[in-house]
Amino acid sequence: MPTAENTLLELARITGGENLLTSQEDLIPYSFDGTAALQQMPGCVVFPKTTEHVAAILRWSNQTKTPVVTRGSGTGLSGGSLPIKDCIVLCLVKMDQILELDRANLTLLSEAGVVTQSISDAAGAAGLFYPPDPGSMKISTIGGNVAENSGGLRGLKYGITRNYVMGLEAVLPDGEILWTGNKCVKDVAGYSLKDLFIGSEGTLGVITKVLLRLLPKPAAKTTMVATFSQMERAAQTVSDIIAARIIPCTLEFLDRTTIHCVEDFAKVGLPLDCEALLLMETDGHPAAVADEAARMEQIARANGAVEVRVAKDEAEAAALATARRSAFSALARVAPTTILEDATVPRSELAGMIRFVAAVATKYRLRIGTFGHMGDGNLHPTFLTDERNKEEMHRVEEAFKEIFDEAIRLGGTITGEHGVGVAKKSILPKFAGNAQMRVMRELRRALDPNGVLNPGKMFD
Amino acid sequence: MRSSSSHLKDLDYSVVQQCMHCGLCLPSCPTYVATKVERHSPRGRIALMRAIADERLEVSRTFGEEMYFCLGCLACMTACPAGVNYAELFEHARAEAEASGVLRSPRRNLIRAVAIHWLFSNMNRLQTVGRLLRLYQQLGLQDLVRRSGVLKLLPKRLRELEASTPEIQRYFSSELIPTITAPAGQKRYRVAMLTGCAQDLIFSDVNRDTVEVLARNGCEVVTPAEQLCCGSLHAHNGEWNSAQELARKQIDRFPPEQFDAIITNAGGCGSHLKHYHKLLADDAVYAERAKIWDQKVKDIHEWLDQIGLEPPGKGAPGGVVTYHESCHLAHGQKITAEPRRLLRAIPNLQLVELPESNWCCGSAGIYNLLQPEMANDLLQRKLRHIRSTGATVVATGNPGCLLQLINGAKQEGLPLRIVHPITLLAEAYRRS
Repeated sequence: MPTAENTLLELARITGGENLLTSQEDLIPYSFDGTAALQQMPGCVVFPKTTEHVAAILRWSNQTKTPVVTRGSGTGLSGGSLPIKDCIVLCLVKMDQILELDRANLTLLSEAGVVTQSISDAAGAAGLFYPPDPGSMKISTIGGNVAENSGGLRGLKYGITRNYVMGLEAVLPDGEILWTGNKCVKDVAGYSLKDLFIGSEGTLGVITKVLLRLLPKPAAKTTMVATFSQMERAAQTVSDIIAARIIPCTLEFLDRTTIHCVEDFAKVGLPLDCEALLLMETDGHPAAVADEAARMEQIARANGAVEVRVAKDEAEAAALATARRSAFSALARVAPTTILEDATVPRSELAGMIRFVAAVATKYRLRIGTFGHMGDGNLHPTFLTDERNKEEMHRVEEAFKEIFDEAIRLGGTITGEHGVGVAKKSILPKFAGNAQMRVMRELRRALDPNGVLNPGKMFD
Repeated sequence: MRSSSSHLKDLDYSVVQQCMHCGLCLPSCPTYVATKVERHSPRGRIALMRAIADERLEVSRTFGEEMYFCLGCLACMTACPAGVNYAELFEHARAEAEASGVLRSPRRNLIRAVAIHWLFSNMNRLQTVGRLLRLYQQLGLQDLVRRSGVLKLLPKRLRELEASTPEIQRYFSSELIPTITAPAGQKRYRVAMLTGCAQDLIFSDVNRDTVEVLARNGCEVVTPAEQLCCGSLHAHNGEWNSAQELARKQIDRFPPEQFDAIITNAGGCGSHLKHYHKLLADDAVYAERAKIWDQKVKDIHEWLDQIGLEPPGKGAPGGVVTYHESCHLAHGQKITAEPRRLLRAIPNLQLVELPESNWCCGSAGIYNLLQPEMANDLLQRKLRHIRSTGATVVATGNPGCLLQLINGAKQEGLPLRIVHPITLLAEAYRRS
């Protein structure tokens, strides 16, 4: 059933007709997000400009029980912002103002639709630093980052989005506007509701503003690329670096397939004749950075690194990081459909997990490119397939089941940073267990009794 | 030969499937950044094309209009890690829109018939129109008409268009350039020079400068008096068959086997000229020659960089230049470092980087005529950045960009010299 006529009239009344899209040609481009092989047509797309717009829209949808799927730039990788059939897509990209940068308290207050890169740039211009840097940061919105609790390349040292949210404004399904958190470093008054909304994937409320914690910008940084003839040696290098009590801000790896695709796109001079590549970065006080960089290089060489290249300037370092961020998309160069996962294990289990993934790919006769965050145990095995090949897609599913089982067995998780959405929905109960599932269901029912926010996502 | 019934359905499906909708193209797309609406983004447009290929969507007027709202600047191709060939998709999508007839209207049909099928299909006609316009301008009639106030009777849009009428050059390329130009000193290469269509009328001096520079660098330059439009206007506007016809004629006029290089100095033309093989892939007679052709076509900056530019002894009188990148030179041909190296080779000239140098200026072929509002927004954005550099000279390697920026500077009363990099180089050689 398409969106009811009175709903469309109401949405147009609330936001103005130019902020409502209803034609087929307008809806098809909103029928997917960044996740492969998932598509569903919404009934309409609406662009609120203010929190009050969002509140009015939610009040209406709650009364009429019309499902709402919140969306930013649609770069998610678990189908979190994939529409429900005929739903209202609530697209926040036009709520795009940075409201305040507080240099005394080192915080930034932003509307949900601001692009992550703009936050990073605004902080940088003030000599400050917003560390979370998800792969899609050039276009992803901060609201989406908070709703999905996004990670990035600096997780090992700096943590993830959750660690930088000090407060947020959310509109509840009944239209009530809730503010939680503040600029205080310490605050233990009541439940930490902000933590409930972080990573809630658009199910509990619509996040409209976020208050972010900033850090002083590190005075120095050194970026290095080390290449290895075996993945094992790269993994051992990472273990040895941590064992040497160095916590670099970045320890990323790419396998051979990924290296070739990335170099084909980015042309940053990655060596093509190696099995594994480590992108390593250390930042902080200049003396500490110099010392750590020297020791990291030494450790890489001791593990048989074929080459260790140090970025000569900021531009080269940025180009290398950008190249790494393109890895997932670049893999699409070799196959029509790229299915990316983010099984994560405790760091100590990483080498074993990489071996396991390779063995599973062989067992199911699948092509795979693997890259990810070696420093924090977050892997991105990416199957290179074709969604039109049903038989192969079935093998992909089977392979993933084994990978997730192994991740759980090793004390890891089914998703490190992409979220559950629809992609991991079926395996969440097994991972989370009955008690957690019951609490999550009750929480959701308490906040959204009519089930209008992102129904069918995460769990039923 | 490709049927004109459905370009998108006949296209190899892997081309549409290549887009894995990650969204990394969005921040590079001028129309998305301006509107924040997915339909106006590369990812959104590809989704619509795919929906047509999958028969989930009919070719509609809205679809057709969307394909013409796209600038075709190809910035998305530079941004796309997955390597989607948006240029190919976009040309087929426009051809699909034209073939389906969804955009037909008496006014549009007339304009297209005159411009694409009549004027730009035949250089004699174009030159004749150019001569008439030149006469009109030289006799002072244009000034007279402008002063008379009669233009006030025209609708606003036509008045704006009239104000942006380019000044036609006193001489066309064939009147400035001999058929054979001997190299200065030892002959190192034999090259052909494409003088273009609009370029020939409005910037024939750039063509002359290009030939001079080539000769100075040891090239014997062959410049036939009678030349053709390269067909990019036709391909970009959904006229696939005309584009193929012009490509065949071009190959006949400049047999690629006879030259070390075939030189173009227009970024937009070069981007199209290098893909004749794609255009003629199904042509039993021309497909193989088109491959050789594609390899021989060189943008002037690219060619000079490749053969090693003779540095000019004396440079500019001094000054600050900034470089605006033609979309089809930067994104279409990936030529970004060469023009900058050329400009740096000119003594006394200081090159200052232009912020967003590879962001479209709004010219985009005939986009500024069809979508004046978006085109003007982009022009203002560009002029703002140009002002921020403090440069007095703006160099750019495409006639569309030159015209757009000349008009923009005129409207805003900015004391800027807008010039092709090759002209700056030619002037430096003349001083030496």
